[in-house]
Amino acid sequence: MISLRLAIESRDSSPLMRAVLSVLLALVAAGFLGSLAFALAGGEVSATWRALIKGALGSGYSLSEILLKAAPLTLTGLAVALCRHLNLWNIGAEGQFVFGALSACAVGLSMPPGWPAYLGLPLALAAAIAGGAAYSLGPALLKARLGVSEILSTLLLNYVALLFMEHLYFGPWRDPLGMGFPGTAELPQAVWLPALFGSRVHWGLPLALGLSGAVWLLLARTRWGFSARVLGLSPQAAAYAGFSSVSLTVTAMCLSGALAGLAGAGELLGVQHRLQDGLASGLGFTGIIVAFLARQNPLAVPLAALFLGGLLVGADQLQTELRLPGAVIATLQAALLFGFMLGEFLAGKRLRLKISASGNDHAS
Amino acid sequence: MLPSPNLENVALLGQIAVKSSTAVLLAALGEIVAERSGVLNLGLEGMLLLGALAGFAAGTATGNPGVALCAAALAGTLAGLVHAFFTVGLGANQVLSGLALTFLGAGLTGVLGRDLLGAPGLVLAPVPIAVLAQIPVLGAALFTQPLPTYLALALAPLLWWTLGHTRLGLIIRACGENASAAHAAGVPVRLVRYGCTCFGGALAGLGGAFLSLSYTPGWKEGLSAGQGWIAIAMVVFALWDPLRALGGALLFGALIAAQFAMQTESANWAPVWILRAMPYLLPIVVLALIFPGSRRRRYIGPPADLGRFFHPEG
Repeated sequence: MISLRLAIESRDSSPLMRAVLSVLLALVAAGFLGSLAFALAGGEVSATWRALIKGALGSGYSLSEILLKAAPLTLTGLAVALCRHLNLWNIGAEGQFVFGALSACAVGLSMPPGWPAYLGLPLALAAAIAGGAAYSLGPALLKARLGVSEILSTLLLNYVALLFMEHLYFGPWRDPLGMGFPGTAELPQAVWLPALFGSRVHWGLPLALGLSGAVWLLLARTRWGFSARVLGLSPQAAAYAGFSSVSLTVTAMCLSGALAGLAGAGELLGVQHRLQDGLASGLGFTGIIVAFLARQNPLAVPLAALFLGGLLVGADQLQTELRLPGAVIATLQAALLFGFMLGEFLAGKRLRLKISASGNDHAS
Repeated sequence: MLPSPNLENVALLGQIAVKSSTAVLLAALGEIVAERSGVLNLGLEGMLLLGALAGFAAGTATGNPGVALCAAALAGTLAGLVHAFFTVGLGANQVLSGLALTFLGAGLTGVLGRDLLGAPGLVLAPVPIAVLAQIPVLGAALFTQPLPTYLALALAPLLWWTLGHTRLGLIIRACGENASAAHAAGVPVRLVRYGCTCFGGALAGLGGAFLSLSYTPGWKEGLSAGQGWIAIAMVVFALWDPLRALGGALLFGALIAAQFAMQTESANWAPVWILRAMPYLLPIVVLALIFPGSRRRRYIGPPADLGRFFHPEG
């Protein structure tokens, strides 16, 4: 008796192959699950995809909206990717984003009128960097000194930050002239991030691009980056080489928090210009997807950020044009992640058709 | 202190406290079982939403509480199965898969639940337990509750006993503490982890159904409002122990009742945002305080193999 059997076998594939395959499969899976979601939402699938692509790429305005979203996503993506090189998880980018924005806002609100932008803006950005870094210092020290899982501490602190921000703009920081509207007063122009070429895109974008290069340099070309990567690959080897895991962990997580904090400042100083509801809209969490689609490569992070930015802008259009629920975007994000994980698995495997000519297959 | 501490008020607040703890307790109990077997599932928020929508839809369609709860448990189980397939089957990262599940739950329920938004449906009313419900204060707090609340209160000691004092519990804990040793002893590690993750999903689904059928009856997008994340925090706060989770969940319920009391009495004895942030902050404090670096930590800290992929061929 001849039996046919499909077997999954391990194989060694090149890193490039793995990268291409996992990202491709992520896209295929997103296409498939996305279509399913569109069908469930009651739309015609191909028309919905066309509307999504047209919404994202169809006009100069939508393209600039993508760039606008890509800036914070690059920064939060870098924040997650940087930590992954040390085998650390920063799931708290959302909270650090908020604290960066809060710190920049505090500077803006307390600034005496008439301050020049060359003093105000750098001060606000520095405050955002300090705020984001400070907010990840706690989890960093707990991890480095006491071995407390940074996964849980960074995750939980997100909600503390969100509640604190709400408290501020509903309470002590609320605009006295805002007619009860929850939000701070508009920040002075001295702390605004200037727009580029008369569009809504602001200087946060070139800043984010520059920082992706800087993070790459830091990881690939410096002594610190080398020690950090050794620690990520093998804590024993790092200890043997005399690298301090405490200082590496703390600096990495603080840098990561600073990047996320800058993202928050960019949204506040470049887009919203006041602290209000909707400032933190999951850009920190989406940074996790960005980091993984870029496979933690800092130079690929802006590309992944552009892609996810396009998805966000396109999905916005689906809401206004086809009246699809906003939740469609979350389904697409889930599909990207599940597809990515499937791709990671399959990239290391191959399918083989096995033909055996014995009647006794039980032994195998 | 309450401004008007009469018995009726205390009973009402007790009832609110116990009721408010239900969804968090159910989800946390399920997560404890899953994590004790070695699987971290950060997707509780998504599973609560899936259970809430499935329970509400089934309840509205059939009018039958049993069917509604079964549908919710089934939806949660399926979500758990997805997580287990990716993490236990394919060896995908547990953190990433859990986050994906969160997105999936929020996305799918948002898309599927659109037609049920604001629709009237089945409501699970409190079921007073004869005689016991007559006891002052305690009767209202513990014995005048909807079905899922009784289930959660009963499951806590049951799971504590199962995990700590039965062979099945030993097997589950072995998978979470040292999967290789469990495998060598003949335990089907991956099967156990599949089972525990699905069980955790079922409980989270039931917790979700409690939210949409009893706590805030009706379906609305994102109605779990962070309770899934609080449940994850609760597991840490409880140091992976079902009985301590019961205590923690009741404490969480008391915080909700305190906010309720502050609103009705328009009192202000603590900033509301701090009360609301407590469930997230306290677990971090607990983690930092449990004898860092000491030997005892091994017995009350997280399972040693939590988050680690296990494959019998290495």
